[in-house]
Amino acid sequence: MSFGMKTFYNGTSFPRADIPMPDNDTFFQGVLDSITAGWRVCSYFGVPNAEGATLYCIMSARSGSGVLGVVATTVGRSFPSLAALCPQLHLFEREIAEQCLTRPEGHAWLKPVRFQKPLCEGKGFWSAADGGGLLPAVMDFYRVEGDEVHEVAVGPVHAGVIEPGHFRFQCHGEEVFHLEIALGFQHRGIERALIGAPTPRTMHQMETIAGDTTVGHGQAYCMNMESLGGYFASPRAETVRGIALELERLANHTGDLGALAGDVGYLPTASFCGRIRGDFLNMTALLCGSRFSRGLLRPGGIGYDCDASIADELHKKLHSAREDLTGAVKLLWDTPSVMARLEDVGIVSEKDARDIGLVGPAARACGLNRDVRCDHPFGIFRMSQIPVVTATTCDVAARTRLRWLEAERSMDFIDEQVRHLPRGSYRNQPKEIVPDRCAVALTEGWRGEICHVALTDDRGRFERYKIVDPSFHNWNGLGLALRNQQISDFPLCNKSFNLSYCGFDL
Amino acid sequence: MLKAVMARFRQGHRTMKYPDAPQPLPPRFRGLPLLDATRCGDDCRVCADACPYGAISASGHLALDMGKCLFCGECAVACPHEALTFSTDARLSNRSRNGLTVTAGEQYHPSGALEGELLRLFGRSLKLREVSAGGCNACEADTNVLSTIGWDLGRFGIQFVASPRHADGMFVTGPVSENMRLALLDTYAAIPEPKLVIVAGACAINGGPFKDHAEVHNGADGFVPVDLYIPGCPPSPLTILDGLLRLVGRIQ
Repeated sequence: MSFGMKTFYNGTSFPRADIPMPDNDTFFQGVLDSITAGWRVCSYFGVPNAEGATLYCIMSARSGSGVLGVVATTVGRSFPSLAALCPQLHLFEREIAEQCLTRPEGHAWLKPVRFQKPLCEGKGFWSAADGGGLLPAVMDFYRVEGDEVHEVAVGPVHAGVIEPGHFRFQCHGEEVFHLEIALGFQHRGIERALIGAPTPRTMHQMETIAGDTTVGHGQAYCMNMESLGGYFASPRAETVRGIALELERLANHTGDLGALAGDVGYLPTASFCGRIRGDFLNMTALLCGSRFSRGLLRPGGIGYDCDASIADELHKKLHSAREDLTGAVKLLWDTPSVMARLEDVGIVSEKDARDIGLVGPAARACGLNRDVRCDHPFGIFRMSQIPVVTATTCDVAARTRLRWLEAERSMDFIDEQVRHLPRGSYRNQPKEIVPDRCAVALTEGWRGEICHVALTDDRGRFERYKIVDPSFHNWNGLGLALRNQQISDFPLCNKSFNLSYCGFDL
Repeated sequence: MLKAVMARFRQGHRTMKYPDAPQPLPPRFRGLPLLDATRCGDDCRVCADACPYGAISASGHLALDMGKCLFCGECAVACPHEALTFSTDARLSNRSRNGLTVTAGEQYHPSGALEGELLRLFGRSLKLREVSAGGCNACEADTNVLSTIGWDLGRFGIQFVASPRHADGMFVTGPVSENMRLALLDTYAAIPEPKLVIVAGACAINGGPFKDHAEVHNGADGFVPVDLYIPGCPPSPLTILDGLLRLVGRIQ
């Protein structure tokens, strides 16, 4: 079902001329048919031009083959919306409308995504009464009306030390009928800044797309730079990158396990995990001086070598953190009042998860076997695989248990890798990137699939660099999880997804 | 229940001794920059040119503005003379923006305490409202860490609270995105007088990695009066704690 898509593997680049550009009908029918046949959209974005935009669709083939596909088409000021038939496209189409000023005709939910100025000259589709689409969270929210129906608005500034976002609940008593989420408060204009890049600032911007996913996004950027420049990171560098990626996963999964325990009022695990999370961050700091892997990943390899003494210490610290974490998390499964609170809350059915295109732990907790490390292996994961964990109950309990099972696999992986670091150089000399090429890199960050697409112009600069953070796929999942739940279940459901605001907002 | 008690026993007491004893940091940690202009080559600008954010001035005398610095360390790698290195000293905060500049040949002095009435009011109890205004969530993450058992910020009478009406001050992270500008100003207005503003991270001080993007404002300066600057990208929890403790006079 590839209808003439250009197929390729993760982490490769090819001439832009190889990207098929069928007419609109073939393109949209082809995308629709492919999704029906089990392909999944990784990225769907526009490059604006004077008359409209060129739309690019990057898709992942159904399990096993490791194949990715790309296809493009040129549209004018409008294009047919497929969102009603393929809900996973709904936010991508809104984003295209906002960034490229081309309207998805027939889109039932055409609202701003980030309340940002378009990437081209012109005005957005939203009326002045709605703030012209430029005032954050000023938009036409979905409303339920009737006796005893009420609306709860939360944010942008929240009660804790967390990022801003606005949540609008339609409630009947304590029951939530619908939750709509308005983001964009963290919008920093990263994609606009990347037009004409790479510059010496680019790597720093990549490291801070989502500060808790520095390795996930950094790896994707490095892969693109390496495939565009025709050079490689050494096996030693790829191994350290893999270790850092799993440390990032461990720190965040541990933090989430603690936060979930805290939200159900179970303080022992909450306190212990809060500290143990720091142990994993400190292991990252051992590698590169920064708890958030700043400076570790660089195109061509890594910024700091992992010598034998560091590898030894890492191994020791991992062993002790593993003991602490196992004890702390086991308490959850042994405490019936905790499990009773987690079970049957915040269910997203497998069908819904598939339809809206969930990724990462949120998808795997619904039984979807999706993991870039296995489906489209990159870096060290081409040599050393991590088993994919899935769950079937689709609730908060599944998302909690899944995190623990993934954490165990990550610790096994680091334990193995750190004892067998390949020899050799840790940083190869970067080369100039090539003009008129397209590079696509997918990685599995701790929240799920990260997709970076680079399109270079005739001078070897980025004409467009498109970033998709896993949160872009997953925020809708949180909305669905809240349907018919108590509003008091929100913090718990929210933590069980723990999505990124800044990764979404870019 | 018994299992929880046993786990508690095994995990042990883990709150750190700081500030009564120094807190060890990893050897590769990049803290206070050490500048030695006597090692510089004639008209050498290698370090300044290596910094994509213009944190270093090398013409005349060597100086580094920690407000602009992401502590990426690329200047130190580039310098052929080892005139610029990063120490593991995490005591970096300052009461004034200009004070964040480290100059070769001069001792760096981290911030002093509040004075007079403000110190009397906030010295033993300081409640802060955090506003995340367009950053990457790393500053937020390492601020959150202070409330875990390892750091236990509450023992110093400092706490992050859930409403600006309960707060004595605002703790700002992020470069102040245009989309967060109003929320930041509203939060500040909602805090009762007298109030403090603490900005943490390269973003909130100067725009950080997003400096000069059209969608951000290069930090909180100019929107609200700032009482304490905490540099870093993100600042280490130790840098944040040290800054807060200096502000309330717990460290001299």
